[in-house]
Order: sequence, then C-alpha cells, then structure tokens
Amino acid sequence: MPLIAIEDVRKRYGDNEVLKGITLRINPGEVVAIIGKSGSGKSTLLRCVNGLETLDSGSIMVADSQLVPDELHLRALRRRVGMVFQQFNLFPHLSAGRNVMLSPMVVKKTPEAEAAALARRMLDRVGLADKFDALPDQLSGGQQQRVAIARALAMQPIALLCDEITSALDPELVGEVLGVVRELAEDGMTLLMVTHEMRFAREVCHRVVFMHQGRVHESGPPEEVFGKPQTPELRQFLAASL
Amino acid sequence: MIEFSTWDILRNLLLAARWTVLLSLAAFIGGALAGIAVLWLRTSRAALPRRAAWAYIELFQGTPLLMQLFLAFFGLSLLGLEVSAWTAAGAALVLWTGAFLAEIWRGCVEAVPRGQWEASASLAMSRLQQMRHVVLPQAMRIAIAPTVGFSVQVVKGTALTSIIGFVELSKAGTMITNATFRPFTVYALAALIYFALCWPLSLASRRLERRTHAADSH
Repeated sequence: MPLIAIEDVRKRYGDNEVLKGITLRINPGEVVAIIGKSGSGKSTLLRCVNGLETLDSGSIMVADSQLVPDELHLRALRRRVGMVFQQFNLFPHLSAGRNVMLSPMVVKKTPEAEAAALARRMLDRVGLADKFDALPDQLSGGQQQRVAIARALAMQPIALLCDEITSALDPELVGEVLGVVRELAEDGMTLLMVTHEMRFAREVCHRVVFMHQGRVHESGPPEEVFGKPQTPELRQFLAASL
Repeated sequence: MIEFSTWDILRNLLLAARWTVLLSLAAFIGGALAGIAVLWLRTSRAALPRRAAWAYIELFQGTPLLMQLFLAFFGLSLLGLEVSAWTAAGAALVLWTGAFLAEIWRGCVEAVPRGQWEASASLAMSRLQQMRHVVLPQAMRIAIAPTVGFSVQVVKGTALTSIIGFVELSKAGTMITNATFRPFTVYALAALIYFALCWPLSLASRRLERRTHAADSH
C-alpha cells in the first residue's frame, strides 16, 4: 500500500491550470525525485501534499488518512509529513537548537529538557552538534538548510518533502546538504523531492518523475529516465540541464 | 489684582500636566489592548470580523480626533448617558489610538515573510501557536520603533480634550491665561512641558529604529 497516494489532483490559479490531473503513488521508504522545467507544477504539487495549497479536485492520502483542508486535519497530517523549503525559513529570532525544539514543545508538549536532548540528537544527525546555540544568521546557507532538515526530523515524520532545497545555496555548499539527504534515504526515510540536481537524483532516487506542463510526462527508475528518455520533451529537458 | 509669578504659572501647569501624562498612559494602554483585539479581527480568515475591523479603523482614522471627542462627550449625553469629561476623553482617545496601533501593527505582522508562516505551518503549529511563537516575536521587534513614535501623537492628542472641558495641560494653560493675562509666557511654558514629554519619546523611537535596522543588516 502506498504511503502517499496522489490521485488525479488538479489545481488552477485563475485561468492557469498548474496541475492537470496528477496521479502518483509513493511507497514507504521510496525516494522519489520530481524534475521538470520551472512552471511545470512540481513545487505546487509538493505544496499540495502538506496542505500549503488547496486542491481544486482529486485527492491526496497520506498513510491512510485523507487530506482534508481544515486546520485540525491538516495539523494531524503535518505531524507526519515534514517539509524543507528552498529558502530554509529558519526562525531568525531563535537559536538553531531552539528552532529544532520549538515544534516538539509547542505541538507535542514535549518537556523542555527532553526537547533539548532531541534537538541535540537531530543536530548531531545533520552534523551540526556544535551549533546548538548559534543564531541562523551566524550560519552558512548549507548549515541553515541542515538545521531546517533537523527541525523537520524532530517531529519524527514518516515522510519528508524537499522543495528545491539546494537551489538557494552556493555551489560549494550543495554537497553537505545532499549528503544529509543521502543518509536519510539510506536510513529508509520516504522522500519526495523537487530537485535540479540530476546527478543526485540518478544516484540516490528509486524513481524519477518528469513533470511537463502540469502533467506527469514520464516516470521510472533513474537509469531508464536518464538513460532512455522516451519523449522529445524529456530529451530536450535533460539536454538542457546536464 | 493678584500678582502671579512665573513660578506660580509653571507650578500650576506642571500640576495639570499630571493629567496629560495620566490620560496619555490610559489612552496608550487601553489603545494597545484595543489595537491587539482589532488586529486579531483584521487578520482573521473569516470575512465578517475582517470587514468590521476594517470599518472601525477607517472610521477612526478618517475623522478628526476632535469630532470623536465631541461625539463621545455630547453624543453620549444626547443618548441619555451622562459621561464625565474624563470618561469621554479617555474613551475617545482609547478608540482612536486602538485604530492607529492596529494598523501600524498589521504592517509589522505583514512584514514577517510568508515563509515563516509556511515553515511553522508545516511543523503542525496552529494559527495561534504560529502567531505567538514565530510571527509576533519577529513583528514586535519591527513594531517597537513606530509604536514609540506614535505615542508622541497620543501625548499631543490629549491637548484636544481641553475642548470638552477636561483640565489637562492645555486647558490649564487657557485658564491660567485668563487669570494672568500673560498668554505668551503661559503657552510657551505649556509648549515646553509638551516638548519635555515628547522629545524623549521621539529620541527613543529614532534610536530603536536605528538598532532594528542595524540588527537587520548583517
């Protein structure tokens, strides 16, 4: 049974239909990369999965609960699906450790000492054990993004959504963030990531989904998608991005 | 005829200035509470409270404070409610301050980037939790300087309450002038007292503003 089941999802902004009926099923432990040109709807799709965007039609199931757009259901869903953003979105007024502790304390009512211990474990997992007390603006982009990953992991999600998490980074900082994601993948975390890192998608992902003009245009194991692209659109996209 | 020394004048003005200070504090504290309530309605996701808050803000920002004072004082007594000058002045100033602070603070809340809302939402926080732990702490830092700056307007606004007979600094000035026939001395001293109240506030506002900007720039 799929962990995330996206069924015929449609979404429009005014006259512009961004998602034209997307169906995608992701199994537990699967690592899926969504690739495609900007404007192809890939980020919107990801944002739909944890309710940052509402659906016009279709349905999304996570584990066995349906995504319903009211606050109570959305919050229940978001406790199980974490998200990491392109712009990190760390809370600038809180230290790295406090960023990680906040949601366990506020949402799950974890006692402070326990939350601090959890935050230390999570920061250690992303290689930033020594940055517990650093403020976000004292950290490099790559470090900030790793804190953001630790923050999402602290809620012990069953799946993690990554929305172009290396696109805002300087090239030399991309590797450290992808290294963390690679470890998560090896630990069996279910990952759905929008990415421009083709090499990473090829090496780490079980499946690559190519989106084009609001539809899933082609999908399959990376060696097929990258090695034997079936459609001219994908061939053109790969030629432009490799 | 009784002779009044300058010290007599100043002493009486200073005694009256206590009411200016008290009224300013009441208006500011009451207005802050009203402002928070209106801000909450104004940023609500339901349309009705949002429109009600919008109408309130437009009404109090779009009419002179003087009219509001008249309406609070004479209007309420027309309705059979006997209100003292103190009550009317306090009520009108609280409502007026609330409208402006709500709007100032809304700007500050909106200055917090959308990503902060999205990140906290994706961590399963409720709207109230997002406000309290993520958005307000950041908005408050932005709000300090304009809020302190606006408090200067509140202090000066209290002068208008002299019109409805509330004896604060300005009204006392008029009364003392009538007794001493030294309008220039009296009003110059009154103006100096207002300045002594307001200047530290604007100075603080400017310094706070600089500090906020300095904190943003690294």
